[in-house]
Amino acid sequence: MKRFRRHGQESQRDRLKQELFQFNKTVEHGFPHQPSALGYSPSLQLLAIGTRSGAIKLYGAPGVEFMGLHDENAAVTQVHFMPHQVELVTLLDDNSLHMWTLRGHKGLSELLEIGRFTLTGPPGAPPSVTRVTAVLAHASGELLLLGTEGGHVFIVEVPGFRELEERNISLDQVAASVPDDYIGRRNLEHVEALQENPINPNQVVIGYGRGLMVIWDLEKQCAIQHIPATQQLESVWWTEDGSYILSSHSDGSYCRWMVGGEDVNEEEEKSDIPYGHFPCKAISKIIQLPTEEGPPFLLFSGGMPRASYGDRHCITVIHSKTHVALDFTSRIIDFFVIRDGLQHTGDPSALVVLVEEELVVIDLQTDCWPVIQTPYLVPLHSSAITCSHHVSAIPLKLWERVITAGELQHTHYSKKPWPITGGQNLAPDPPQRDLLLTGHEDGTVHFWDASGVCLYPLYKLSTAGVFHTDTDPNDNMNQGAEGEWPPFRKVGCFDPYSDDPRLGIQKIHLCKYSGYLTVAGTAGQILVLELNDEAAEQTVEAKVVDLLQGQEGFRWKGHTRLDVREEPVLFPPGFQPFALVQCQPPAVVTALTLHSEWKLVAFGTSHGFGLYDYQQKNNVLIKCTLNPSDQLAMEGPLSRVKSIKKSLRQSFRRIRRSRVSLRKHHVNNTAKLQEANARLEAELAEMELAPVQRKIEARSSDDSFTGLVRTLYFADTFLSDSSHNAPSLWAGTNGGCVFAYMLRLPPVEHRADEPVTAQPAKEIQLMHRAPVVGIVVLDGHGAPLPEPLEVAHDLSRSPDMQGSHQLLVISEEQFKVFTLPKVSAKMKLKLTAVDGSRVRRVGVAWFCSSRTEDYGESGLTVLTNQGDVHVVSLPHVKMQVQYPCIRREDVSGIASCVFTKHGQGFYLISPSEFERFSLSTCHLVEPRCLVEAPLHSGSSNQHRSQPDGASSAHRTRQESEDAEVLQEIQKSLEGDQTSFLENNVKSAVA
Amino acid sequence: MNKNHRVQSSRSLSAVEVKSKFGAEFRRFSLDRSKPGRFDEFYGLLQHVHRIPNVELLVGYADVHGDLLPINNDDNYHKAISTASPLLRLFLQRKEEADYTAFGTDSLTRKKNTVLSAVLLRPDANRKKPPVIISLPRDFRPVSSIIDVDILPETHRRVRLYKHGQEKPLGFYIRDGSSVRVTAQGLEKLPGIFISRMVPGGLAESTGLLAVNDEVLEVNGIEVAGKSLDQVTDMMIANSHNLIITVKPANQRNNVVRSGGGGGGGGGGAASGSSGRSSDSGASYYGYSSQAAAASMPMHIIQNFPVDELESEDEDLVIEADGEAEPIRRAPSNYSMPSLPRYEPHLNLRAATTSVSSSALSINANGTLPASGSSGSLSNTNATSTTSSPDRATERRSLEEDGTVITL
Repeated sequence: MKRFRRHGQESQRDRLKQELFQFNKTVEHGFPHQPSALGYSPSLQLLAIGTRSGAIKLYGAPGVEFMGLHDENAAVTQVHFMPHQVELVTLLDDNSLHMWTLRGHKGLSELLEIGRFTLTGPPGAPPSVTRVTAVLAHASGELLLLGTEGGHVFIVEVPGFRELEERNISLDQVAASVPDDYIGRRNLEHVEALQENPINPNQVVIGYGRGLMVIWDLEKQCAIQHIPATQQLESVWWTEDGSYILSSHSDGSYCRWMVGGEDVNEEEEKSDIPYGHFPCKAISKIIQLPTEEGPPFLLFSGGMPRASYGDRHCITVIHSKTHVALDFTSRIIDFFVIRDGLQHTGDPSALVVLVEEELVVIDLQTDCWPVIQTPYLVPLHSSAITCSHHVSAIPLKLWERVITAGELQHTHYSKKPWPITGGQNLAPDPPQRDLLLTGHEDGTVHFWDASGVCLYPLYKLSTAGVFHTDTDPNDNMNQGAEGEWPPFRKVGCFDPYSDDPRLGIQKIHLCKYSGYLTVAGTAGQILVLELNDEAAEQTVEAKVVDLLQGQEGFRWKGHTRLDVREEPVLFPPGFQPFALVQCQPPAVVTALTLHSEWKLVAFGTSHGFGLYDYQQKNNVLIKCTLNPSDQLAMEGPLSRVKSIKKSLRQSFRRIRRSRVSLRKHHVNNTAKLQEANARLEAELAEMELAPVQRKIEARSSDDSFTGLVRTLYFADTFLSDSSHNAPSLWAGTNGGCVFAYMLRLPPVEHRADEPVTAQPAKEIQLMHRAPVVGIVVLDGHGAPLPEPLEVAHDLSRSPDMQGSHQLLVISEEQFKVFTLPKVSAKMKLKLTAVDGSRVRRVGVAWFCSSRTEDYGESGLTVLTNQGDVHVVSLPHVKMQVQYPCIRREDVSGIASCVFTKHGQGFYLISPSEFERFSLSTCHLVEPRCLVEAPLHSGSSNQHRSQPDGASSAHRTRQESEDAEVLQEIQKSLEGDQTSFLENNVKSAVA
Repeated sequence: MNKNHRVQSSRSLSAVEVKSKFGAEFRRFSLDRSKPGRFDEFYGLLQHVHRIPNVELLVGYADVHGDLLPINNDDNYHKAISTASPLLRLFLQRKEEADYTAFGTDSLTRKKNTVLSAVLLRPDANRKKPPVIISLPRDFRPVSSIIDVDILPETHRRVRLYKHGQEKPLGFYIRDGSSVRVTAQGLEKLPGIFISRMVPGGLAESTGLLAVNDEVLEVNGIEVAGKSLDQVTDMMIANSHNLIITVKPANQRNNVVRSGGGGGGGGGGAASGSSGRSSDSGASYYGYSSQAAAASMPMHIIQNFPVDELESEDEDLVIEADGEAEPIRRAPSNYSMPSLPRYEPHLNLRAATTSVSSSALSINANGTLPASGSSGSLSNTNATSTTSSPDRATERRSLEEDGTVITL
């Protein structure tokens, strides 16, 4: 009987768990790592990016995102949308072609792979015959022309990938018609470019690597014209009116050829080496676009003088008398131009450039061609991310002030709206405003709007101004002196080079109610900042704190403290520093917390921790946690070695990146592959020779870095007796030690003049000596204590001060609950002893039930070194759920993880991308969007071509009406019952 | 007496003079030093010469230092014979009225006079050395044990390492490797975790129960299959204060054989090592309880431990601002328990070590009591166990030759 009842309870608990927890990876924020291909559909207004890891990502209007992954782990080398359709074709490094489509499903679109294809040549033919080098998605939407390394052009019918052998254009066919004087000299080489005639889709130009271009008639299956260029061909462009062909070449020249009816060997009409005289690098792509009135736009990438500017990554834009060489900070992958007009045939409006580390969009219709701020694909890693901090449910007031401060920083951006507007974002408005703060190596803190699918940059804070750094702040932007040739203009924000690694931000804590922010860095600096809407000139007083406290025999071998500017510094509106603490020794700050109600900041390093009163600007407490036998703590390796390692790794990465240039795929890949395989085998053999072994030894008190402070926590609780609660400070160390201090705060009216005092109250040594990674005090109801000021702002119920409080100490190995004020062990959950995993990250989160709105539970969200996420219940510390999340080898991903207060989390999947995941059934941020197939008639595209005004209600209605019309058509076509649902969604959106 | 002495000294190589005291009666006889025989024969002889055939006896002798030491197996009997000079003085007690405290000395109290000299011996004026103090086995902490012999396959061995407050490192390394296993699909090569290295002088090496290339199957009851090397490392370290490793020894020759009867010797040898921990309770599990019991009874050392002792190493220390460090008790609401002096070292292990190693008992230099020498020697079951000791001793010796020193 009892057993039955118990069983019932368990199943009830299981059901509750299902209502509370579920795991999803929802969206990837940031910029794709190692992009390798770019595609754009003017009719869908969608942008596609392929990556080296085989991912394909589609972006439209903000919030419209799709992501797909090829099964093959091969780089995507080309992406082509089928004209006027929702299909796209990708070409991979392994020579396979893949057809993707955006399929409607339950009112939302999803990206699906619907076919794959690999060219098969005649038996016995070398692989180069079918190695695809150029792809042309024909305007008919039914044909794919594939140019190969062998010089043949294969014609394939899509979407079924049926080879139309009779229509193939073989090299022999072409060679036969080539004038004798040309063919006699050289072989034509591979197909470098395929372009169709914009006014006659039956004519295509085939550009061969050697330089020869042939205009081919697909109907008549014969060559119409031969263009005998003699330089190695890089790209071909057929002008809008169909009368000219532009070709760009490897010597940095481009030529313009008249397209004539008769087959004559014309001389090029115009040839130019734009940055000539001295040898130039290749022009890899050239585009010419007409304007309704006035001269055309000419855009090309590359072509720089080899010796002096060969290392620049440039796109040159020439329009009338304006000539600018846009100078990017990383390698150019590809670019395209968005055009105005109903059929996207009007004036060029924006230039979209995909470079290796960011996407840059340039407004071509505003003077000076300013950059348009991207709403997504923002490079998170403009300087390497060193830490992140998430703040949920930002009060509107603070939100607006941050946005205002940010807008003042964005004045150099174009006012034009984002030009890529495909698809509809059907995701509901985010329920709350969330901020993600990322700290960077160059001492900046970026504020991101993390409420929705688009991680949008709001504001950037720089802390470098407080210090003297090697670089003069005035000299970095004054490039482009008058009369310089080429006329460079730096664009893009990716700047991985840090002036001084000591500036790196290591810890951030923001109080969302008071607007106080504290950030701490690599050289033991702790800044306290206040949000100010006005610019202010002020001196930041530095307070040096000696954390060694007279410990003898230690010598700091790491970096020195940062030099503080003693003169007043002008700080722009936004967060302005007003207090500075510098730890001595200047080791990296490892723990930081701020209590805005008590106006106290606690900070810790590998040597100890301190408490700073930022109202009176003095130190309340300094505690040295150093173990006398711990010599390593003096080396400062946490900061120094790490940064050297990091910079080494980065420079290697850079070298590798430049070496493995993806430029041309007709270089023989097999040799490279073999080489890589051989290297891998050698590495494996080496590993087998020297087996990895691990020492099994109990942790002892004299291990290194036992004194390193891992966590700091403020709590108003019962520390000394059970009848009086008092402010307290808790610190946990790497050696499994917890220090508790009782704080005495003067009454509010004397807060400014009476000192704050701190008395040591308790010290707990965990016998398993694992690093303490979290401390939480639970109130009488077993709920975590609210954040400071949360109760004062009526955003949280006040904690239960009647019942007995409990102390939860989270070490890497165990979760332990102790009673307060007398510290006695109450409960524990052993993680490592049972599971072999260790706690890496932990957060307190609130989980709402998906079924009943009023039910919720608080729990601990835990990420382990195995990359698994767990939810542990509070206050009973029972394991609830466990999901694999991050690969265990991905150490930097695991280290970068942050949890939100509502059961979501972020971690870096590459230096430039955050993966967002959710453990909650209620708080999910994922893209929900719809892309409809464009109709061939012009009317369907009408609404898209309108300038995308910020949000005119009229336009939205117009759009939804259009959508409804479309819907009707679709319904009549498909007779699908799902359309009813779609209709509902539509009207809900409207 | 003097004559005897002279005779003794002249014939010192051949005979040992014995003076045996039971109650107020003395008996004198002699034994051949070169052929002392077995303990059970000796025991029978004593019963015979004292004419107390049916009395259970506790046999003790005075060693060269004047300490009262027990004779209850072949080893200490031989030791007693070999060290007797000029004569072997025996003290017999009825088992039921035996005074165990008389044996050895309590090293904590360190009475000025040894118990032996105070109670049983005349003061020995010629003694030069101060009395050496021997601890009772219960004063030692167990260092390792073999457990769960009854439930494990014979090819496996479950070893418990006690990493108490002592300074000796656990002292071993593990590595990845592959093991061949028989599965339904035939032989299959599976990844496994192996012991790769032993630190000389470490706890693991000194037990002799673990060896290089032993495959680790479980850690504290959790299978390691499917876990990475790092995971297993972390598990072991997290359990380091009370580490229970189940291994498949690379050397399968010393396995416990459980098939009763004839195999009992080997089984008993290993099992008795495991159960060598002496305590007042549960003595029937220990030492030379009957052969059958040793072989068939679950040798769960764990069940003999008070629960709190298992947990005790995991107890945290809290230092109040005004007070001294004290171990954190469990919350009183959970359960109450007698307050034990938890974090006091059980005994000064080093003092015990020195005293033991210099005593007549054969004791390893590393401070562990070899099972052969002393295990169960003072337990109240020794009389019954002695019956089977001779062949056990030979078994044990063969174990020792294989390098498997079973320790407490």
